[in-house]
Amino acid sequence: MKYIYYPGCSLKSTGKLYEESLLAVFDALDIKYEELKDWNCCGATAYMAVDEKKAFVLAARNIALAEQQFKEEEEVNIVAPCSACYMILLKTQKFLEDNPEDMAVIKAALKESGLDYSAKAKIRHPIDVLVNDVGVQEITRRINKPLKGIRVASYYGCQTVRPYSTFDDQRNPVTMDELFKAAGAEVVEWTMKTRCCGASLTGTIQEVALPLSYIILHEAKKRRADVVTTACSLCQFNLECYQTNIDAKFKTDTKIDVIYFTQLLGLALGLDPKKLGINRLFAQPENLYKIMEGGKPVYV
Amino acid sequence: MDKTVFAESFALDNAAKDIVEIRRRIKYEGELDKSFRDKIAKSAHGEKLYGCIQCGTCSAACPVSHYMDYTPRKIIQMVREGFKEEVLTSSTVWLCASCYACTVECPKGIKITDVMYALKRESILGNYYPKKSPASILANNFFNQVLNNGRNSEGPLLIKMYLKTNPFMLFKNMALGFKLWMRGRISLKTEKIKDRKALKKLLQSVEDKSNYKVKVNSSSLKEASAV
Ligand code: SF4
Ligand code: SF4
Repeated sequence: MKYIYYPGCSLKSTGKLYEESLLAVFDALDIKYEELKDWNCCGATAYMAVDEKKAFVLAARNIALAEQQFKEEEEVNIVAPCSACYMILLKTQKFLEDNPEDMAVIKAALKESGLDYSAKAKIRHPIDVLVNDVGVQEITRRINKPLKGIRVASYYGCQTVRPYSTFDDQRNPVTMDELFKAAGAEVVEWTMKTRCCGASLTGTIQEVALPLSYIILHEAKKRRADVVTTACSLCQFNLECYQTNIDAKFKTDTKIDVIYFTQLLGLALGLDPKKLGINRLFAQPENLYKIMEGGKPVYV
Repeated sequence: MDKTVFAESFALDNAAKDIVEIRRRIKYEGELDKSFRDKIAKSAHGEKLYGCIQCGTCSAACPVSHYMDYTPRKIIQMVREGFKEEVLTSSTVWLCASCYACTVECPKGIKITDVMYALKRESILGNYYPKKSPASILANNFFNQVLNNGRNSEGPLLIKMYLKTNPFMLFKNMALGFKLWMRGRISLKTEKIKDRKALKKLLQSVEDKSNYKVKVNSSSLKEASAV
């Protein structure tokens, strides 16, 4: 099966390392994909706040484009790695399904630009693809450098698992943990998995946003995690890039590696760190390398 | 608005008004906007706001409720009572990070996040939003950028936002921006899709048919600026 890859705006800029690591992992696991042609902004949070209809149209155009691009394929599976994109695509499908009148309006509008929206596409998060399509067993088989001795705090963020996503539990998701257990890591039990990181408030109202990221980092450290893994570009950005600001504000030390789950998985698959965009991180995960080497990689 | 009503009904003289700022903390029934609830309910897709049992689960689940001037539970109640100006000028609307924690937990299945979105839109449409608030400026700039280019370019977007709201923030965040730029994670280029014309047409075509077109009467505007 082949997937349609919908990057969204952030995977082309601040989340570039997410794109690099995701595609490297897909390649390593022989997952076939094509990037969606001429995709547009998903219409996420900020758009919804101004004009909801237009936000739905934006999302619907992407879905329709995907359906057109994969006309010949049996199934249209859109992989949306950014949580905000993922959520809004799901939300749009659900909304149009529940509101036939709006569906008719939007369908007609899309028709005018030569697109057909048939709602048959499936919206998938990469975690969902890895756990449910590839399977934990297969991934275990492919692990090259087990993450032995590394304590991982998986952080899913808010919109990855709620409110429309169904591949995991909305309150205590476990799929990412399963991946890392398969990769030989220890996973940290914590309650911050889906707590808000501050989202776009870090750019707008920092007084409110920084404490949110702080709580997450603090809890991860308290539970002796070596690394926090994220599945959304905004989460990774907030949790990694504001650590200095957070430390200055709370007079504390929150230094901890915050990397994309695909980067950590890529390391476990034995991929070249450069290919995984590790060089784009603010701090190189020396700590992880040390543990991995100390743990003497066992080749399976 | 509170101030004027108070002054009128109690014949407070001007001298007294200058000494202390007098604000009434309650509202009389006649001052409430009873149609507000239905408007918001409609904009949030028929949310059954009547059904709220004021249990406060949403406020407890909300990670930012302790910064809001009215918690999500209060906002729901105020919307159904018709406290239009208070709700639309509140910080709550712009502090909501759309994390959906409240929506998932509400025992009555009320989609509070969608209500917050409806309030954001209403606040912009009715011109109630705080003009210098970065959150609303960001939303607006983002909107225009996507309308014209089809994509969002984080670099130019943030710079514009800081210039419009708080240029000092731009300066403060420069080091961060530079670090990102060094790592190829941000650019000043404006991203564009190929089929911009078609996209613009597409977006405009839903404009007229959109059921969300509220005409704002000028009196409510004046009231808003008086508060
Ligand atoms: S959780 Fe639901 S029912 Fe409870 S106060 Fe909030 S909106 Fe009302
Ligand atoms: S969606 Fe908004 S109101 Fe609801 S819990 Fe999150 S921040 Fe609070």
